[in-house]
Amino acid sequence: MIWIDTIIQGILLGGLYALFASGLSLVFGIMRLVNLAHGDLIVMGAYLILVLVTLLGISPFIAVLIAMPLMFVFGYVLQKHLLNRTLGDDILPPLLVTFGLSIALQNALLEGFSADSQRLPTNALTTASLDIGPITLGVMPLLTFGSAVLVIVGLNQLFYRTELGRAFRATSDDAITASLMGIKPANIFATATGIALVIVTIAALYLGLRANFDPNIGPARLIYAFEAVIIGGLGSLWGTLLGGVIIGVAQTLGAAINPEWQILSGHIAFLLVLLIRPRGLFPRASD
Amino acid sequence: MAYSVTIQTPASRIAALLGIVVIVVLIALPFFAGRSTIQDMFFILTMLVLAQFWNLLAGYSGLVSIGQQALVGIGAYALFGAVILWGVDPVPAILFAGIAALVIAVPTAFFAFRLNGAYFAIGTWVIAEVVRLLVAQWKTLGGGTGTSLPRDATRDMWFVDLIKETLDVRSAAARDILAYWLALVLALVTIGCIYWLLRTRRGLALAAVRDNTQAAESVGVDAGRMKWIVFLSSAFGTGLAGGLIYMQKARISPDAAFSVTDWTAYVIFIVVIGGIGTIEGPILGVLVFFALQSLLADFGSWYLMTLGVLAIAIMLVAPRGLWGLVSERTGLHLFPIRRRLSGGRLKLEEK
Repeated sequence: MIWIDTIIQGILLGGLYALFASGLSLVFGIMRLVNLAHGDLIVMGAYLILVLVTLLGISPFIAVLIAMPLMFVFGYVLQKHLLNRTLGDDILPPLLVTFGLSIALQNALLEGFSADSQRLPTNALTTASLDIGPITLGVMPLLTFGSAVLVIVGLNQLFYRTELGRAFRATSDDAITASLMGIKPANIFATATGIALVIVTIAALYLGLRANFDPNIGPARLIYAFEAVIIGGLGSLWGTLLGGVIIGVAQTLGAAINPEWQILSGHIAFLLVLLIRPRGLFPRASD
Repeated sequence: MAYSVTIQTPASRIAALLGIVVIVVLIALPFFAGRSTIQDMFFILTMLVLAQFWNLLAGYSGLVSIGQQALVGIGAYALFGAVILWGVDPVPAILFAGIAALVIAVPTAFFAFRLNGAYFAIGTWVIAEVVRLLVAQWKTLGGGTGTSLPRDATRDMWFVDLIKETLDVRSAAARDILAYWLALVLALVTIGCIYWLLRTRRGLALAAVRDNTQAAESVGVDAGRMKWIVFLSSAFGTGLAGGLIYMQKARISPDAAFSVTDWTAYVIFIVVIGGIGTIEGPILGVLVFFALQSLLADFGSWYLMTLGVLAIAIMLVAPRGLWGLVSERTGLHLFPIRRRLSGGRLKLEEK
């Protein structure tokens, strides 16, 4: 029974990793940009929510609604004025600029909030649990997983049902031809990063509610997100969810055997998938 | 009249002469400089070695690795392992450091080469994390808290007595001088080998692969093989540097030896600020980096923030770094690798 419980906890944890990964996947899918600052942006989102909660004395769930548009604007400006200038055939500029951004952001957060670990205030809802038969499920992990599924459904709807989604797909396929059709790739990229940061904010909410965070944990979140994206196959959002679940289950199983193996077993699951299916479980036709 | 292909320039000949003077001064440095200067120079030289190898990967082969700390860390741990478990003298144990890094680099390359372009970068990072977590389980070498080199091993280290007597210094200072000389040798050999590699046919092939992989392959360059050669040789060098750095520190822990900030972020900043894709770049970069560190190290996180912002600004404004600006303005190349055709006019009447 304990094993079933462990696996279910792992699946739910995978929801959190899928939330980390969706933003990364979205940005890569549209502009082939790997944002090495992604993890630090999640941590920044968590601090933004914390500041709003502390200043306004509101619940984190309300604060996230204020944080989302702020992060959208931040992402839009960041992409439009900084990251767009690095896009091109050469992979060095985007990698090195986002790496510089990651280090700068991490240390700015350290300077602003010190290295002490923080946590978003929890209430009865966040510590509640449901008994389903012999298994007890926390409401928080269920909410996280539900949000991940909603985000992915929402992104798929956005991609395949809206004009913006069509512009996303067109720009992703061929930015020059798309721009002949009246689409401005620069703005499309900026919008995509804005949306990615909205998802980052949702991920940040659950990160801050479930566990402690400090300015240094960004890179590890980036790595989990990256692993989920690669396991799922580049460009497949449902694959990303599955990738998150695989990492989550591997981590909880590893931790059940020996707490020191938690992180390691997640990485090893990733390497095994890379060994057997180098292009991930649900690869796209090209790239 | 015959044509000839030359690589040297007048500037490079003068630079070579000046270089010899600099090398002589550097070799003689322990005879007149104090211990803190020697330690600073050791830091500069070892960072220079790490930067040259990262530059060989990223600047010449397009392999942007964020996992250099795996090689530094495993090299350092191999040195400690050889000294503590097998009783090897720390000086020859540096070779084990290089070999261990080479051994780790084979599976790393096997996995990471499956990932394209940008994902290669994070792939190397994941593997570095795996290596760190595995090493932290190694209880004989202190597990997560780390360990020190045994006192008698550092006391009886090769050459230390000789240096102690010749320079009339205490044994702690003698160990620093020994480490400094080894770092100097490593840095000179590194620069020499990379420069030699870039001037050979292989170097030409490497540049061709970086500039256009398909075009290079179409004229018969085996791009996959070039990547392996570069990745493995830079792993070996990075491992040697890692072993040497921790031989001097004589104290190790997984978090320090596998630090992404110390062994990859700093190294990337050195190369980006100095100028990626040149040999001169990392040399200039490490000097700027050291100056910045001396000025700003007291400000803690502000210092790293400044480095991050500086790297972003340089990448956007002058992607070839400070050395790129210098050589664009002046046409100066201290380590020229471009082949230039020179000779007389075309003589059509010649049979």
